[in-house]
Amino acid sequence: MSHLLLLVPFAALILANLLPRRARAAATGIAFAVLALQTVTVLLPPLGLADWSFFNPVDAIIGLHVSMDNLSTLLLVSAGLAGMASLLAAGPGLKTGRERFLFANLVLVAVIGINGISMVRDLFSLYVFIEVTAVATFILVALRHGVDAYEGAWKYLILSAVASVLMLSSVALFLLVEGGASLEAVAHSLGSPGPIPWIAATLFLCGLFIKGGLVPFHGWLADAYSSAPAPASIFMAGIVTKASGVFALIRLAQSVFGDALAARWIFLVVGAVTLVVGAFLALTQTDMKRMLAYSSVSQVGYIVLALGGSPQLGIIAAALHFFNHAVSKSQLFTNAEAIEEQLGTISMDRLGGLGSRMPVTAGTSAVASLSIAGLPPLAGFWSKLLIVIALWQVGQYAFAAIAILTSLVTLGYFLSLQRRVFFGTPGAEWASAREARGRLLVPALALSLITVAIGLAFPLVLSLLLGGGQ
Amino acid sequence: MIIMTILLVLLVLAALWASLTTLLLRATIALALTSAMLAVVMYTLGAPIAAVLELSVCAGLISVVFVSVISLTQRRPFKDYIEMRRSRLTRFWPLPLALIVVGVALSFVHAPIQVALPVPGAEGDVRLVLWDVRQLDLFGQILIILAGVIGVLVLFKRESKDDN
Repeated sequence: MSHLLLLVPFAALILANLLPRRARAAATGIAFAVLALQTVTVLLPPLGLADWSFFNPVDAIIGLHVSMDNLSTLLLVSAGLAGMASLLAAGPGLKTGRERFLFANLVLVAVIGINGISMVRDLFSLYVFIEVTAVATFILVALRHGVDAYEGAWKYLILSAVASVLMLSSVALFLLVEGGASLEAVAHSLGSPGPIPWIAATLFLCGLFIKGGLVPFHGWLADAYSSAPAPASIFMAGIVTKASGVFALIRLAQSVFGDALAARWIFLVVGAVTLVVGAFLALTQTDMKRMLAYSSVSQVGYIVLALGGSPQLGIIAAALHFFNHAVSKSQLFTNAEAIEEQLGTISMDRLGGLGSRMPVTAGTSAVASLSIAGLPPLAGFWSKLLIVIALWQVGQYAFAAIAILTSLVTLGYFLSLQRRVFFGTPGAEWASAREARGRLLVPALALSLITVAIGLAFPLVLSLLLGGGQ
Repeated sequence: MIIMTILLVLLVLAALWASLTTLLLRATIALALTSAMLAVVMYTLGAPIAAVLELSVCAGLISVVFVSVISLTQRRPFKDYIEMRRSRLTRFWPLPLALIVVGVALSFVHAPIQVALPVPGAEGDVRLVLWDVRQLDLFGQILIILAGVIGVLVLFKRESKDDN
C-alpha cells in the first residue's frame, strides 16, 4: 500500500498537467483531493489504500519498496493537513490562475518528496527525497518573483547545496566502509571500530541541521518564509523544512543511533542552543511572519533536544511535538495571511485592536500561540511535558530546566504578538477591516480544533503511539 | 591502462574547463561532463554503484539544480565580462598547484581504512543497479527533474512577459 502514497500524487500531477488550459483551475482541487485522501487513508487504514489489493501488480512492475510505521503516519498526516491548509489559502493568497496552477503542481511534487522521506529506509534514498522536496521549495519561494523572493530562494538554495554536499559525502563514506547505505547497514557500521563511520554520521547530521534551519544554520529560514507567497509560507513552515530536516533526524535517532551517547550529546547541545537563540530572536521581531519563522527555529530546537532524552520516550516526544508544531504553525501562518489579505501589512508596529474586527482569526491565533507556548490542556503542553520527562529520565536536569525556562520566553513573545496585533482599540486606518474570507477561516478553525482535540484526548493519542511499539 | 590514462586526462581537462569558463551554463555542462568521465573511471575500477550514483546525482540531478539557479541570475555587464575573461587565468593559478600539493601529501599518508570492496560479479551490471537496486532513487530523480522543469517554467515565463 505504501508505494501508492508516492504513485497517487504522481498520477495526480500528470493528470493536472493534462488538463486543457481552460480547466487548469481544477488542479488545486485535484491536489486537495489527493491530500484529503492521503490524510483519511493513513489515519483510518480500514478505509484506506491498504485494501486496494488490485494495485499489487503495479508494485510488482515498479517496485518502489517503502514501508510505513507510526512515525511515518505522523508525517503523512501532518503533510496532508499543512498541504490542504495551504491549498485553501492559495485562492485568496495567489493573484493569477497560472500562479495557483503552478503552486498546486509544486505542492504535489513536495508532498511526494515528503511521503518518500517518511517511508524510505536507506540513507541515499532519504537524500534523494529530501532533494525532491527542496527543489520544489526553492521554486515555491521564488513563485511571486521580486528581489525579496529571489534573495530568499537564493539563500535557501546555497545553504541547501552545502547540505547536499555534506550528505552525499556521508553516503559515499558509508558506501566505502560498509558497502551499503541502508539504515541497518549504517547502524551496524557505527558499532564497528574506526572513526570513519562517525565522521560520516556527523556530516549527514550537519546536512540535516542546515535543512532543518538549526542554529547556526538558521540564517536562510526567516528570509525564505517571509519572502514566499503566503500559501507557500503556510506549507513550508508547517511541514516542508520540518520534514526535510527534523523528521530525518528523528528517523536516524530511532533507527541508527539508538542510545549512542555521542549522538545524544550532539542533539542536546544543538537542540538547546537552537531553542534559546530562536526564542530570543523571535522576541525582537516586528514583522509577524519573521517572528513566526524564528519561533519555528526555536520549536525545532525542542524537537532535537527531545532526541537527546531517553531513547523511546524522547522519540515519541519529538514526533508529537513535530506534529503539534506542524498543525499550530500552519495555522498561525494562515492567520498571518488573513491579516495581510485584509490590511495589506503584517508589521506588528502598525497593527493593533484587530480582535474586535477579526474575532475568529484572533481566537484561533490565541489557541495556536498558547499551544506552542505549552499551556495546558492544549496539544503543545503534552508534547513539551514529554520532552521534559524524557530529559529528566536520563538525568539531563539542566537541559530540562532550559526547556522549561525557554517556554516562558515563548509565552512572552506570543503574548506580545497577541497584544500588538489583536488587543486594544483599532486604529482609524483599520476602521474598514473585516473578518477574513471563508477559505482562510476554515483551515484556521479546523487546525485549532485539532490542537484542542489532541490536547483533550491526549491519553488516547499516546496509547495509540505506544501501542504501535515504535 | 591506456584507456584509463586517456579518461583521467579528459577528466582533468573537463574539470579545468568547468573552472575557467566564464559562462555559468558552460560550466554546468563541463561539470556534468567531468562527472560522466568520473563515472566511467569508477565503473572501470569495479565500483558500479558509486558510478551509477555519480552519473545520476552529479551529472543529472545537480545539473538540474544548477540550471535552476542560473535561471535566477542576471547576465553581467559586458565590460565586467571582458575583464573577467582577462583575469581568470591569474585568479585560478593556485587551484592546480593546490591540487598537486594535496595529491603529493596524500601519497605519503597510509591510513588503515577498512574498505568494503564489492563482491566480483554481484551488482556489476548497471542495468541491475539502476532498475533493481536503485529503482526508488530513480523515481525520486525523475521528480527532481520534473520540479526543475516547473522551476524553469515559473522563472522564464515571467521573463518573457517582462520583455514584451
